[in-house]
Amino acid sequence: MKNTIASRIADFLKNYPPFNLLKKEDLLMISKQVKVKYLEKGKLLFAEGDIGHKRFYVVNKGAISLERDNEGKRETIDKCDEGDIFGLRPLFAKENYLINAIAEEETILYAIPIKKFKPLTEENKEVGNFLIQSFASNTRNPYAEAHKGKLISEKEPVENQYQPNNNLFELQPAPVTRKVVMTSPETTIKAAAQLMSKKKVGSVLVVEENIPKGIVTDEDFRDMVATGAFGIETEVSKIMASPVICYPQGLTIAQAQLTMMKHHINHICITEDGTPNTKVVGILSEHDIMVSEGHNPSVLMKAIQRSSSTNELKKIRHKITLLLRGFLAVNIPLNHISKIIFELNDATIKRIIERCIKKLPTPPPCDFTWISLGSQGRKEQLLQTDQDNALIFEDVPEEKLEETRTYFLELARKVNKRLNIIGYEFCPAEMMAKNPKYCLSLNEWKDQFTNWIIDPGNDEILLCSIFFDFDISYGNVNLSNALADHIFSLTKENRKFYAVMGATTLRNPSPLGFFRQFLLEENGENKDFFDIKKRGITPLTDAGRLLILYHQVKNISNTAERFEKLAQLEPNNKELFLACAYASKVLLKFRTQHGLENRNSGRFIDLENLSKEEKIKLKRCFKSIRQVQELIKYRFEVTPYI
Amino acid sequence: MLNLFKKKQDNLPDFWKEYETKFQEKLPKEIAETRFVVFDTETTGFDIKKDRMLSIGAVAIKNKSINIADGFEEYISQETFNPKTVKIHGIIQNERIETLSEEEAVKTFLKYIGNSVLVAHHAGFDVGMINEALSRMGLPKLKNKVLDTVNLYRGTRIISNLINREKSYSLDEIAETYNIDTKDRHTAAGDAFITAIAFLTILGKLNNDGKINLKKLFRV
Repeated sequence: MKNTIASRIADFLKNYPPFNLLKKEDLLMISKQVKVKYLEKGKLLFAEGDIGHKRFYVVNKGAISLERDNEGKRETIDKCDEGDIFGLRPLFAKENYLINAIAEEETILYAIPIKKFKPLTEENKEVGNFLIQSFASNTRNPYAEAHKGKLISEKEPVENQYQPNNNLFELQPAPVTRKVVMTSPETTIKAAAQLMSKKKVGSVLVVEENIPKGIVTDEDFRDMVATGAFGIETEVSKIMASPVICYPQGLTIAQAQLTMMKHHINHICITEDGTPNTKVVGILSEHDIMVSEGHNPSVLMKAIQRSSSTNELKKIRHKITLLLRGFLAVNIPLNHISKIIFELNDATIKRIIERCIKKLPTPPPCDFTWISLGSQGRKEQLLQTDQDNALIFEDVPEEKLEETRTYFLELARKVNKRLNIIGYEFCPAEMMAKNPKYCLSLNEWKDQFTNWIIDPGNDEILLCSIFFDFDISYGNVNLSNALADHIFSLTKENRKFYAVMGATTLRNPSPLGFFRQFLLEENGENKDFFDIKKRGITPLTDAGRLLILYHQVKNISNTAERFEKLAQLEPNNKELFLACAYASKVLLKFRTQHGLENRNSGRFIDLENLSKEEKIKLKRCFKSIRQVQELIKYRFEVTPYI
Repeated sequence: MLNLFKKKQDNLPDFWKEYETKFQEKLPKEIAETRFVVFDTETTGFDIKKDRMLSIGAVAIKNKSINIADGFEEYISQETFNPKTVKIHGIIQNERIETLSEEEAVKTFLKYIGNSVLVAHHAGFDVGMINEALSRMGLPKLKNKVLDTVNLYRGTRIISNLINREKSYSLDEIAETYNIDTKDRHTAAGDAFITAIAFLTILGKLNNDGKINLKKLFRV
């Protein structure tokens, strides 16, 4: 029998260690035994204490989060992406799992039978060593690129994790490396250099019975050996810097940075009592601090702009989520958070478009604008949700129209695909630039809006409400401005349109009455979830959009900002509008926190789990919704039968 | 009449009887316990009567995993020359793949599928091809329950006037939506594998309330 599928699995595995070390026929034999496993997002593969499975796993697609329970809290130890192996414990010990493995997103795994694989690890030493190292260090791939150029080959994972509970990055404990590359004072410079180059590190600690005596760095080689001052057969003790700057454990990042600056050094030695007289515990390098600082927005921004692959962007996106978690944990104001996250999302989209344009054989035939719609357009997209976008291109002569569209559709197809890979799911209503219905020239867009606004049925109003909240992500801003002007000219004093749109806004009545009931029934049995999007966020968003359109204000698409603007425009309703702006922020934060906790969109809230304070807070928001809905009802003469 | 029917039964070959007996066992209620066979046929063309199968590829799914060891991939020798078969003949000769006669291939396929639920993309066509081959052998049609991924995929789409739900989605479109690698596209086994991954993904999407069972799946 031919083995098309097994060969394909082998084709994937051969790109990753330790499978790249296997003989071709062994790899095929293993591939034939693989089980391809599908996990839904949030699904638990194995839990702490579970009996070891008969197979270990390789991520084919998606991501697995390895977590540990720490005093009731789940702590992420590691995240496994494409090609990473995990669940190795049963391969080595007949113990139960010590960690939880959860699908962070929809995931496909290749499950490899331990019974068949074990003989190969015994036969092939390299394979065995790789797995032992990988297992012992908890780093999935000890040979990974990221570990090069540091004074270490492995790290203690726990200390490296971003701790959202700690207030500021600078006050977190600095990342300490336990496995230190060390040598004795009598070693020759040549041997020390060979050791450093073998371990791929920039410095080596000189010790006597584990007591630090000095440190030698790349710089010392340059200054003292390459200049000819010392020969390579000299003992390292002649060129080492001594004494070594030592500190006890528990140094914060800020302290470490200050110390390094003060002494002009980039490594700090950690000893048992913090003096050079006790044994070495670990080492702390400037590089490690920089790497752990990866959660800082400006570092992330630079990383996005320099990224050269979609996979890289996907990893950055994961860090953005960690950053968001940290921000929410320390109660940074939501408009501040939204702005930062929006900027990072926006930069990601821009970077993807930029890269896709380069992938096409020719540059764009004319100017165009990529617009983001919906929550990203409103700058309210904190959690990753669906992608909604569209493309406007410049008007071109009739005979060039289809050719131009073909170009932009191809571009959009590439961009949509990559956005999907990094985690923005395809829009279920196919509202994406790759859909020929939403990849139009400026004139076609104008006609489109004219049709929607002149004869507004339910679908048309829905489309309007999606497309009115746009934000330019890439390209020529004049195109989107021209479209906005066209919309205003159509809606100006268009009472019929406002009335229909007003009716849609009131379609989701304020949940106040419904919710008050819940407050009374605190011990009741109703365990139904509360749809915070439909009942809270959408009515407010709809109201803000309608009112801002009525005032013909361009370029503000964020709901809270819209209400703040409205408060300026209508001083007599200032209080209500400010309350709405506040409510919009509260609801969004609520949803985001909820979504992060439950790894979903955060849309459905279990009322039973809310504190009384939270319920009161929500109730206050709903009061504002009801009031602004009343205002709309009277202002736009909304009649119930429309 | 009854006699005639009975007589016909007696004439059926043993492998068919064996296959039939497997259906006395009821299908499980839960998806996790059900064995699904996702399959694809490669053919000389799209005419169920005139065209012939060149190969059959299949994988089995149980408890949301595809067991590669439980796979099926057979190539069928062609009796008559058909220009469309030249390419696959080339492959068969170059890679020295063993081929089976149509009868043998169908016979092993029946043994492989048993009473499993069959899954295919545009299932009507692939099931039709097998049934035609069965009828050439003087046998009745397949008895298995069948699911079509075109139909199931449609079930994952939202109900909205903004999209055309009646559209017939191609395997390529679905693969693009779910970001499935389409490397071995257009080989029976390769397409069966792509369809199997699409099927697993669709099951995940349809199971958003965690309550889906086999019965509901047939109603999508």
